Amino acid sequence: MSDLAAGTAPPLEAAPVVGLSPFKASWRRFSRNKLAVGSMVILALIGIACYGGPWLFPFGPEDADFDNISAPVKLFSLHPFGTDEFGRDLLLRVLDGGQVSLGVGFVGAFAAVIIGVIYGATAGYVGGRLDNVLMRTVDVLYGIPYFFLVVLINLVVGRTTAGLFVSIVVVLWLTPAVIARGQAVSLRHREFVDAARAGGMTEWQIILQHIVPNSLNVVIVYSSLLVLEVIITESFLSFLGLGIQPPASSWGSLIDTGARAIENDPRLLLLPGSFLAATLFCLNFIADGLRDAFDPNER
Amino acid sequence: MFSFAIRRIIGAIPTLFALITLSFFIMRVAPGGPFSGNRKLTEAVLANLNRAYHLDEPIWMQFGRYLWGLARFDFGPSMKYRDYSVTELIVQGFPVSVEVGFWAMLVATILGITLGIVGALRRNGVIDLSAGIIAMVGIAVPTFVIGPLLQILFGLELKWFPIAGWDGSINAKILPIFVLALPNIAYISRLTRGSMIEALRTNYVRTARAKGIGAMRVIWKHALTGAMLPVIAYLGPATAITVTGSVVVEQIFGIPGIGRYFVEGASNRDYPLVMGVTILYGGIVILANIVTDVVRGLLDPKVSYE
Repeated sequence: MSDLAAGTAPPLEAAPVVGLSPFKASWRRFSRNKLAVGSMVILALIGIACYGGPWLFPFGPEDADFDNISAPVKLFSLHPFGTDEFGRDLLLRVLDGGQVSLGVGFVGAFAAVIIGVIYGATAGYVGGRLDNVLMRTVDVLYGIPYFFLVVLINLVVGRTTAGLFVSIVVVLWLTPAVIARGQAVSLRHREFVDAARAGGMTEWQIILQHIVPNSLNVVIVYSSLLVLEVIITESFLSFLGLGIQPPASSWGSLIDTGARAIENDPRLLLLPGSFLAATLFCLNFIADGLRDAFDPNER
Repeated sequence: MFSFAIRRIIGAIPTLFALITLSFFIMRVAPGGPFSGNRKLTEAVLANLNRAYHLDEPIWMQFGRYLWGLARFDFGPSMKYRDYSVTELIVQGFPVSVEVGFWAMLVATILGITLGIVGALRRNGVIDLSAGIIAMVGIAVPTFVIGPLLQILFGLELKWFPIAGWDGSINAKILPIFVLALPNIAYISRLTRGSMIEALRTNYVRTARAKGIGAMRVIWKHALTGAMLPVIAYLGPATAITVTGSVVVEQIFGIPGIGRYFVEGASNRDYPLVMGVTILYGGIVILANIVTDVVRGLLDPKVSYE
């Protein structure tokens, strides 16, 4: 008995209790997940390559090199992964297309989260009739397969990169809205909200300064999945020829070009395909890691 | 139970109506009418065309006309294929799409559940690990990357199946069906595995074993019944994935289904065709969600009908 007490006492004294904020605790859990952290590193490398890489080339993604048409893979040459049938550098085109795919993915997810959180937080905080109307609308929209809706809206706003971006965001804010509403309902009657109201804040100020920031941590976990969804939707549409229009390209439209040419040159498919697949794998692992680390129900 | 089904169906009406209304008005707002494309038409011809397609009427009358047409399964005339109505195009393509979609759902369910059960029984065995890898690939890599890759592997290199085309032979159907099924195989096998592992730990399974019931019987009769509920709940989303995926698979493999009409219609701005396919596929997904809910209600005593 005394042994036990003696055994437990010293560590208690030696290690003073360090307060960890829930966020830091979750972050620590996340950083122990090797798969998720590794995915983050790889994703960052892909991002750096796509945005920084093209600067290293002495020519642009649309420039044809007529001396090297359909050049083979030759790692230490001007065209490390060769060129396509127009003499355009394959690697450069894929990196350039990645700027569109990653850009639309991250910015689109961010915009969708902002819209969804404000919508959901308003519904949940105000409650009553407004909540009912707003969330019924979400329910109704949820019932429609979103891919068809994106295509319809895209026909209206036009087939530019911005139009594509808008039509994806307009459809994909639904899930963040549902999540944020759930948070807002549980926050509505907390003391700090009452205090804010007693202090004279308007309802909008409370929503924007108290409800929204406090719903964010849950939404952030979900938003990594949203990035994934936006990237898939964008490449899906571009693959079908309904998204990014030539001469601009994204991974989806490059995969489309590649899929049409598999009999001549499988590299046209393999290079953009593996960049897209690698990005999606990383995002999946990051999303899993974030959920394990941040979602209290999963512990 | 019956009243639950009825109420669920009534609850879906606003969704269906929203789908129809949204697609109708979005299409009306969309720029570039059907006749603004190829060549300049004289005023008189344009007016006649507009009259023939009722485009000169106020929009509410057009909407009413469209709804009335829908009630009789008349989706209006196609703007691109001038000699066909959208209904005729759908009647042509839909059976093909249904065939591919149906088999893909069936393959996904059978293969997914089997892989899931084997994985749960032999955790971390060879089959479990390879099923895990297949599932990871199926979830993370979209069909429009996997499809062409399999075309290269099985069509070009191994020459087991034709690369693309639709000649009615079974050989031509295998690859598209598998590609369409793959994401659902992935999800269903993961779901089954998870819920099966959980079911094997429950008290009622332990009781069944303790009573001396044979291992196979316990697995098939006791554990599996409980483990199937999340899988059944997934059938609604699975239908949505299949419907969306069929658009891509039909494009990749050159299958003459309505998914291809949808893509063509969207790039030609053939609005009635796009609307027709959207409403049909949206309706199917809404219906699948209702069926899923009702079946869940029938099987799961914990789902309340209220």
